[in-house]
Amino acid sequence: MAADYVPAPEPVARLIEAFNRLPGIGPKTAARLTYHILRAPAEEARALTEAVLAVKERLRYCSLCQNITEHDPCRFCQDPQRDSSAICVVEEPLDVLALERTRGFKGLYHVLHGVIDPMDGIGPDELKIRELLARLRDGRVKEVVLATNPNLEGEATAMYLHKLLAPLGVKVTRLARGLPAGGDVEYADEVTLARALEGRREM
Amino acid sequence: MPAPRVYKAEGIVLKGRELGEADRIVTLLTPQYGKLRAVAKGVRKPRSRLAGNLEPLTHVAVLVAHGQSLDIISQAQTLEAFRPLREDLWRLSCGLYLAELVERFTVEGAEGHPVYQLLLETLTRLALATREELLLRSFEIELLDHLGFRPELGQCIACRRALEPVENFFSPGGGGMACPGCRYKVGLTRPVTVEALKVLRLLQRRDATTLARLRLRRALAAEVELLLREYIAYILEHDVQSTVFLDRLRREAAAPPAGGRPAAPTG
Ligand SMILES: [Zn+2]
Ligand SMILES: [Zn+2]
Repeated sequence: MAADYVPAPEPVARLIEAFNRLPGIGPKTAARLTYHILRAPAEEARALTEAVLAVKERLRYCSLCQNITEHDPCRFCQDPQRDSSAICVVEEPLDVLALERTRGFKGLYHVLHGVIDPMDGIGPDELKIRELLARLRDGRVKEVVLATNPNLEGEATAMYLHKLLAPLGVKVTRLARGLPAGGDVEYADEVTLARALEGRREM
Repeated sequence: MPAPRVYKAEGIVLKGRELGEADRIVTLLTPQYGKLRAVAKGVRKPRSRLAGNLEPLTHVAVLVAHGQSLDIISQAQTLEAFRPLREDLWRLSCGLYLAELVERFTVEGAEGHPVYQLLLETLTRLALATREELLLRSFEIELLDHLGFRPELGQCIACRRALEPVENFFSPGGGGMACPGCRYKVGLTRPVTVEALKVLRLLQRRDATTLARLRLRRALAAEVELLLREYIAYILEHDVQSTVFLDRLRREAAAPPAGGRPAAPTG
């Protein structure tokens, strides 16, 4: 075992492996990132390390909406200006940011941190559904807006939540689905087109 | 002859897996190429022309280009979206179960016509039908047939004698039934009632007329289901994941989970 050929020094291999574990990063990109850091000034590497650690050490889940936050409860849940009778349910924290940019929703949020995906063994227990039910317990919430993605897993999750919430007497709504802005009727798939027809509005 | 750079295929989308920022690796079952994995670029962007056409459980026509590692789907057009299936959580979950079975049992690059035809027919019936459970059992039995795992239900796998109308035993390892005298010679077994064996034989014979008249008690349906589930898991050396969610939906339909407030009693 003395003269084994080593393809890359151990710390390099370890960093490549760590990057490779991130979503959307293959072995080639992982190697490219690693060699970038190897060549970068020490401050850049230190800033990256600190940013990574800060995310883990300073951020937590809001005990109410499960969004990631520095302070618990988060700024949405603490804001007296927001309408606490409506909760918008989303898949991921990034969806909250997207909805906030529209300035169209003044209520509170709830982040599921995933979707029901039976083939991958992800069921209701793997999502923050119990936490959502707990927020509905005192009856102050009058409407739950389901804003999961309009794909198969998002729809399955919305249908499951609807079934679960309907008996609680809360109004359950779903984001309207239709043609994307800038899209072309000709190219729309059958399901999107059918749902856009169902959701048509008087002008 | 070198493979053409671009080829057409018809297929049923079995699953999708997110790749990078906006792409997805789509697994299709096709009659010509068996299981086919290909990349759909930009499919997760709202304006993508591919998007709605490549959701799981869509019957689709695709144009595929040869890529370096994986092929790339350049166009997709829905042939059948099975909408009723998509709008009912139970039937949708049944459909996903079928897709997972096929995805686990099939390999890439092998011709897949009979299984393709079976899946297409079953999804079509699932989108219309009411007796989903029986449809799933028929599918399992036929799938096992096509893949060379037809269970022996007529005679004992050890002594080869015809089975008596008594409690017999199923051996997943032996791929069939054993008589009470041989049950300890064929590895692990589970007892099978006379009625369950009868149902299994009807399924295997594809006796649609008799099956249509059949009213299965809950316990009998569960016995048949668990036997097949055990046999399938034995062959795959893996559990079929989506059964967990199917079981849960059934459980919750029988006894709704305790929500925030006491659930309203339903009829
Ligand atoms: Zn919060
Ligand atoms: Zn025997």
